[in-house]
Amino acid sequence: MIHIALQKKLIAANGEMLLDIDISIEQGKVVTLYGDSGAGKTSILRMIAGLLQADKGSITIDKHIWLDTDQRICLKPQQRKIGFVFQEYALFPNMTVKENLLFALEKGQDKHIVEELIDIVELGNLQHRKPEYLSGGQKQRVALARAMVRKPKILMLDEPLSALDSKMRAKLQDYILRIHKQYNLTTLLISHEIGEVIKMSDTVYVIDHGRISKQGNPIDVFTTKHISGKFQFSGEIVQIIKEDVIYIVTILIGTNFVKIIAQESEIETMTIGDNVIVASKAFNPLLQKIN
Amino acid sequence: MDWEPLVLTFKLAVVTTIVLFFISIPIAYWLAYTTSRIKPVLETLVSMPLVLPPTVLGFYLLVAFSPANTIGSWLNHHLGLQLIFSFEGLVVASVLYSLPFMVHPIQAGFSNLPPTIAEASYVLGKSKITTLFKVLLPNIKPSLLTGVVLAFAHTIGEFGVVLMIGGNIPGKTKVASIAIYDEVEALNYSTANWYSFILFISTFSILLLVYLINGGHLKRFWK
Repeated sequence: MIHIALQKKLIAANGEMLLDIDISIEQGKVVTLYGDSGAGKTSILRMIAGLLQADKGSITIDKHIWLDTDQRICLKPQQRKIGFVFQEYALFPNMTVKENLLFALEKGQDKHIVEELIDIVELGNLQHRKPEYLSGGQKQRVALARAMVRKPKILMLDEPLSALDSKMRAKLQDYILRIHKQYNLTTLLISHEIGEVIKMSDTVYVIDHGRISKQGNPIDVFTTKHISGKFQFSGEIVQIIKEDVIYIVTILIGTNFVKIIAQESEIETMTIGDNVIVASKAFNPLLQKIN
Repeated sequence: MDWEPLVLTFKLAVVTTIVLFFISIPIAYWLAYTTSRIKPVLETLVSMPLVLPPTVLGFYLLVAFSPANTIGSWLNHHLGLQLIFSFEGLVVASVLYSLPFMVHPIQAGFSNLPPTIAEASYVLGKSKITTLFKVLLPNIKPSLLTGVVLAFAHTIGEFGVVLMIGGNIPGKTKVASIAIYDEVEALNYSTANWYSFILFISTFSILLLVYLINGGHLKRFWK
């Protein structure tokens, strides 16, 4: 069990903001922090990592105290044993892929883990390249593997996939989930993609101006309760066209476009770019084998 | 032509550069990462030689190191060091005079590195020292090279400070820039020209090499 309670005054774009959150995470779960940029998500991760000082609060990981401002305990980042994947990857430019991972080894640690991780993220044929010769997705896989070398208890990812195209993103999500399962991790990630949150996480905390505005199962949090669909997908509206008396709404779900017929009353509040749920319960969906 | 002033010039530049390299890295590191309130004061002190007439620096060093004064007599008495009219004195003066030329590029190198690189190393459990030597310094090699070369070239071009604190003692403190002045005074234009020409060519070559290396023009030779 991980318990995190943090308070900090932050200087945000529109003046001072008090970050005040309280989060409990069960071992082995994937938890997402969701919210607008500037809501304080990155600051929360940085405080857990020890890269940013909290004004007040406590962090307990399986009864180990990392931070307790009342007792004046504050472990350095070096002592916290976390895996941290930075938004901009933060690979060491002077080292090759493999050297980046080797650098992360602790004194006396078995080097075998490095090869194992290179295999998992499928970077075997790129392991002697320097980061500057890698694509965004490849760099992100290196960063993910490097964060895992010390076998941390908690893996934190700061918007790990925001710079990638949707195809790459789907692949990386699978890598993260695979690593999460294989190493029995507790994973905390930041995302502002509803689809990603629903796919990846067990619990989502919606952060708004430094506070938790909603929390719970992602489907419950992002849908209004009265839809009880048999199956549902989340996507983004990319086009709304009026056809006689009805509207045809084109929605991007993952990498696929679907067209949905809608009534004027339904789309009144919707505009292009909105995230929506596509749900169905009246018909049996058809299954067809592809390839 | 007497080669001694040239040899002395390059010897002074080499020793000064080596000393500066080791003292500038901690200063530049501190300046790049500190949030201390006295940072502007230290930054100003480091930058002073850029704007201060060399004679001013030379004059105060001359006064300070004079055996008649506290610092000078203490150094003389306890360390056996006499810093005026000696090669050691020239080194100390040159180190102070060329300090900004070494510190500034290295400090800029540190500051231009994304802060997450150091942070990534810390969360991997690496100490600040390990991070400095394994991550930060290897990634600012161009800045280190620029610092080394600028400090070296600037020391070669020194005149005022050397003249104030070193005087003009052949083989000890008479460096090339002073020899040129001397020869012109004695109307030996051809000797002055030789010294000048050698200094001109050598500093040009050194600077050209830096721009070639840092601009990536020589990469194909070692890749």
